[in-house]
Amino acid sequence: MGRITLQGVQKSFGPVHIIKGADLEITDGSFVVFVGPSGCGKTTLLRLIAGLEDVTGGAILIDGRNVVDVPPAKRGLSMVFQSYALYPHMSVRGNIAFGLKMAGVAKDEINRKVEAAAATLNLTPYLDRKPRELSGGQRQRVAIGRAIVREPKAFLFDEPLSNLDAALRVQMRLEVTRLQKQLGTTAIYVTHDQVEAMTMADKIVVLNGGKIEQYGSPLELYEKPNNLFVAGFIGSPKMNFVTGELAKQQGATTIGVRPEHLKVERDGQGGWQGTVAVAEHLGSDTFLYVDAAALGMLTARYVGELDLHPGDKVSLIPDPARIHRFDDSGKSIHA
Amino acid sequence: MARMVTTRNKVISTAAAWLAGFLIFFPILWMVLASFKTELEAFAIPPSFLFFHWTTENYVTVQERSDYLHHALNSIIIAGGSTLIAMLIAIPAAWSMAFSPTKRTKDVLLWMLSTKMMPPVGVLVPIYLIFRTVGLLDTRSGLIFILCLGNLPIVIWMLFTYFKEIPKDILEAARMDGATIGRELIYVLTPMAVPGLASTLLLNLILAWNEAFWTLNLSTLEAAPLTVFIASYSSPEGLFWAKLSAASTLAIAPILVLGWFSQRQLVRGLTFGAVK
Amino acid sequence: MATQQTQLLARTLLTPAVALLFIWMIVPLALTIYFATLHYNLLDPGSESFVGLENFRYFLTDPAFLASLQNTLVLVGSVLAITIILGVPLALLLDQQVVGLSIVRLMVIAPFFVMPTVSALVWKNLLMHPVSGLFAWIAHLFGLPAIDWFNDAPLFSVILIVSWQWLPFATLILLTALQSLDEEQKEAAEMDGASAISTFVYITLPHLARPITVVILIETIFLLTVFAEIFVTTGGGPGLQTTNIAFLIYSQALIQYDVGSASAGGLVAVVLANIVAFFLVRIVGRNLEA
Repeated sequence: MGRITLQGVQKSFGPVHIIKGADLEITDGSFVVFVGPSGCGKTTLLRLIAGLEDVTGGAILIDGRNVVDVPPAKRGLSMVFQSYALYPHMSVRGNIAFGLKMAGVAKDEINRKVEAAAATLNLTPYLDRKPRELSGGQRQRVAIGRAIVREPKAFLFDEPLSNLDAALRVQMRLEVTRLQKQLGTTAIYVTHDQVEAMTMADKIVVLNGGKIEQYGSPLELYEKPNNLFVAGFIGSPKMNFVTGELAKQQGATTIGVRPEHLKVERDGQGGWQGTVAVAEHLGSDTFLYVDAAALGMLTARYVGELDLHPGDKVSLIPDPARIHRFDDSGKSIHA
Repeated sequence: MARMVTTRNKVISTAAAWLAGFLIFFPILWMVLASFKTELEAFAIPPSFLFFHWTTENYVTVQERSDYLHHALNSIIIAGGSTLIAMLIAIPAAWSMAFSPTKRTKDVLLWMLSTKMMPPVGVLVPIYLIFRTVGLLDTRSGLIFILCLGNLPIVIWMLFTYFKEIPKDILEAARMDGATIGRELIYVLTPMAVPGLASTLLLNLILAWNEAFWTLNLSTLEAAPLTVFIASYSSPEGLFWAKLSAASTLAIAPILVLGWFSQRQLVRGLTFGAVK
Repeated sequence: MATQQTQLLARTLLTPAVALLFIWMIVPLALTIYFATLHYNLLDPGSESFVGLENFRYFLTDPAFLASLQNTLVLVGSVLAITIILGVPLALLLDQQVVGLSIVRLMVIAPFFVMPTVSALVWKNLLMHPVSGLFAWIAHLFGLPAIDWFNDAPLFSVILIVSWQWLPFATLILLTALQSLDEEQKEAAEMDGASAISTFVYITLPHLARPITVVILIETIFLLTVFAEIFVTTGGGPGLQTTNIAFLIYSQALIQYDVGSASAGGLVAVVLANIVAFFLVRIVGRNLEA
């Protein structure tokens, strides 16, 4: 079991409020991603759950028990650090076994569990190597092995993939997700990369300035962002925002349209007129950065190749069903 | 062509570096040579560089004079004792400041550093009088105490900079893995800190071994380490150069060896981390 | 790391060191200040009396003070100049490709590990002795008269010995700093068409400014209180020619047994060292932030 509940959790360092009251319900077995810009408090929130920091106020419940006064080791959680934090003087085996050894598990049982974890993570040939003799991806796997071998109530991941190169990151992303589904253990995963968040999460927590902006499934966040911040943060390329007269016609202060919901017409008449400033041809997609005079710079995404070049006149026609409307406080207006 | 120039440069810089190194090292070399000469040869003009009657009689004489061994033993006890005690006090303090810093940690560190900058001569009088009153003059324990306090700031600073380099993440990982603070120290921190502990120990042994202000002023005979013993050769009647050289060689040899091992840590230790 | 439990433990572990250093700093200093206001001579026990600032007046107007202050400044200044002027090229040399560099490094660093009494006596006798010293013989080879170093140029002789001891320190620090200089910076300068000399002037030298400052400050702290080298070579003489402040205080305290006056002198030394320490602590402190 690994149900984690946050009730009004607050954290301040002196006069600085890092977490301004977080409420959250994480169900057993789910994969929850904390995402947000740097400094939003996502790592602090994770460390509060881990017990590496004391809460200033509020309660953290694991399976219904308030753990704010329980030391990290007794919370039954395990953590994968951004730097991996492997013990440099211990072999891979020693690293994975350390937690079990601390828990006083019998030697042969430790061996059995370590070898099972190593097999799962393809680390068997490296068990007797030191961390410095491993590649980045292998170190990452050792860190994960150290976390899974203790069969915790939940995994905590602190930006675990940010030190890997792009190709490896995609691969590890899949592995982590598959492993979590296979084990059925609750996971909390911190990242600043919204692509990681969208692809891995069952549910995403978007944090900004120490507050939870929205908690929901990836598609909920994509389709029904609560506010301007979430709308702008989730989705790549970013949503286009238009203010002024056009927005007012829609009964909103700001309207937003995702690049993929703008239909592009060459020399078209209707919609929003503009000139192509930059065109990126990826083969599978074409990204257009269009200078739309008073509306500012707009981004449009076309699936497939579109033979447009800087200077070409285009018109962008928003999909009326996909226009997001926001009031003057930035909140979404739902029809 | 470019390759030729590089090779020539290498030859020139090698020659220049060896010449400079030889000149700087020469007084020590000359001393070692003199220690193998007879007293007459040591005085002789013109001096002989290698072709003299090599003898180890000076070493035998120096060893036989029980006072040499007595002073050497004092040096070992005073340098070793003061360093060990300083380490015992410093390890917890440095650990605390490196891993659980507060807003005031920086001020505490700088304040500790500033105590090292107080010139010993500024407090010579009260220390001398206190020692005289409580009977610590010319005792090993008195010197151990003074040298320990004198080097404590350096020991704390060196350990602090070493501990600081151990990623906090790793200690937190140990904590998540269920290690208590005691086990965290034994299984994780200590093995990672051993190189730093060793070089701190070495450098401070050297500093304590060579300390020549407090030892000259607070000891005369009973507790006098080698610094004081060697200084006794400065009296005009003590002009036995070969024996002086032999005693000096014995006094600096162990520390020169330790020093060569710790030379890379020397900079860090003596600049308080200001130069890396 | 920042849980209350660990913080409490941390405070407890820090306490012994802080307490000891605090006592070590405050007790002797307070006593020095106290003694400095007394007429207090160990040869004249029982005559202690409060004299206010009399000891300071006496110490500061004593011609020996001015002479020793001058000697101290000349000694510190000369050793600093010598060690840096020789240390920079030496460090640059050791930063080149040198065959057997590790052995050369060992030879260069060695003098720093020699105990001060040994280096002073070896220089005084084996090298600088006016009759049987090696320098006298070398002078003779060139047909020059032998120099009686400790009579004709006593302060310079002390400076020479102390410089030899501290040159390795300056060199090693400058070398460490040179090795941390980004190789790409030098390559960029080379691509920009800078000659070896302009690279040195515009890239290397500015990079060395900070380590040179550190060398100056740390050496100054130690050089202000050079003692053993004077103690075993000249004993402060001839006359007052090699008496620095440290030696003057020593002789007043432990030769003339004038505790009051020596204490006043001690405080003067503390003030001088603090002026230097102020700057050093600022530099080190700034480094702590990074």
